[in-house]
Amino acid sequence: MFPILAVLEVCRCRRANLFEPTTDNEEQVETTNMTDPKIPVTEDELHAYVDNELPGERRGDVEVWLAAHPEDAERVQSWRTMAEALHARYDAVANEPVPKRLEIEQLERQPRRWIYGTIAATLLAFVAGGGAGWIAHGAAVSPSLFKSFTVDALDAHRLYVVEVRHPVEVPGDERAHLQAWLTKRCGWDVHAPELDATGLKLVGGRLLPGPTGPASFLMYESASGERFTIYTAKASAETTQMRYATQDNDGALFWADNGVGYVVSGSSNRDRLTEVARLVYDQAEKSGG
Amino acid sequence: MSAFRQSVEAMIPSLRRYARALARDADIADDLVQDTLVRALRSERLFLGGDVRSWLYTILTNLNKNRRRSLARRPQFMPLLENNPDASGTEAEGRDIARALATLVEEQRAVLLLVMLEGLSYREVADIQGVPIGTVMSRLARARAHVKAVLEGERPALRRVK
Repeated sequence: MFPILAVLEVCRCRRANLFEPTTDNEEQVETTNMTDPKIPVTEDELHAYVDNELPGERRGDVEVWLAAHPEDAERVQSWRTMAEALHARYDAVANEPVPKRLEIEQLERQPRRWIYGTIAATLLAFVAGGGAGWIAHGAAVSPSLFKSFTVDALDAHRLYVVEVRHPVEVPGDERAHLQAWLTKRCGWDVHAPELDATGLKLVGGRLLPGPTGPASFLMYESASGERFTIYTAKASAETTQMRYATQDNDGALFWADNGVGYVVSGSSNRDRLTEVARLVYDQAEKSGG
Repeated sequence: MSAFRQSVEAMIPSLRRYARALARDADIADDLVQDTLVRALRSERLFLGGDVRSWLYTILTNLNKNRRRSLARRPQFMPLLENNPDASGTEAEGRDIARALATLVEEQRAVLLLVMLEGLSYREVADIQGVPIGTVMSRLARARAHVKAVLEGERPALRRVK
């Protein structure tokens, strides 16, 4: 530790006149005393050499120096290996297709993503923390109203998911009609999200009485018969973070966005629920409601 | 689409790469990129020429600094990515470099990534961080020494800061 610091101190003294000459505006390393290979190569120059910041005329000196100083050569090599490891680890990210939410047109249309940050962070805490019950911090909403709202949604969920013949009023193959009808009755944009990515297909939807007016209720089903429901009603808060509630074998994730409260109910498996809720949130954001 | 927008758009893959390495969590990283893009697009008229690339890296670096500052006042969330148990070959190396990055101080991590991963010049990084080139070089030197020590299995000489 101490020897390294000492070296850095020396380097810093040299650096003052190497890289930030006060006498002229050139940013290049001064070369007057540096073309002489007898002048020892500094730590800064080793870095500059690896990063292609060293003037061409000094590069040869550094190479001569490295041939004679295996410890420095080893260090330079380790920095190159480090750069390779960084690229090996992270270049794949740059090669991925750009996610929809980062497309320029998306962003210009709906620049209200700031909510997402808190929700993503909450989801993260939720999944990583493994805490059941309520995850609430910093949300400006009366928990009691929201809680009853979620209980309503869970009740509706349990009432209708067991229904075989009449789970919904309007079937999923009339999606456009269903959306238009619920939007008209509820007064906000009711959009039935595509949940195919999680293996869920729209069964259909119905109108329900909510805590302060109508509520929309959409049901989804997987090939294995697993059912999820999305309940939306007018919320008392504009936006809240995402929270988790559980009752017996059912779990629900709920949040408010743009004055509308969403409750996604289904499996008490939190990962699965999160996966579904996330898709619902993403699409509500895109559709603007 | 305007030339400005096109040059912003062309930067998205690199910004995502930088953000992922900087924030080490895929969701947070893309949140940062999204905030960066929204700000950039909103400030289009304020952008009076110059290098769009450096400007975007500057916004992202600052947003991450703000994010970390606000996180420091709240309970810390555990990143999801680091408890992935399977490790083999380059995957293990990748995790090692990620873990080594995690032990760096914020400013040093940013310098290391901007220079080594994104290929920016010392001058550009100095402008992005608003510090003299000398500071960039000492941050880079410390970051490299530290990461090297971590990768070689030594106990980090510096304590893990913030």
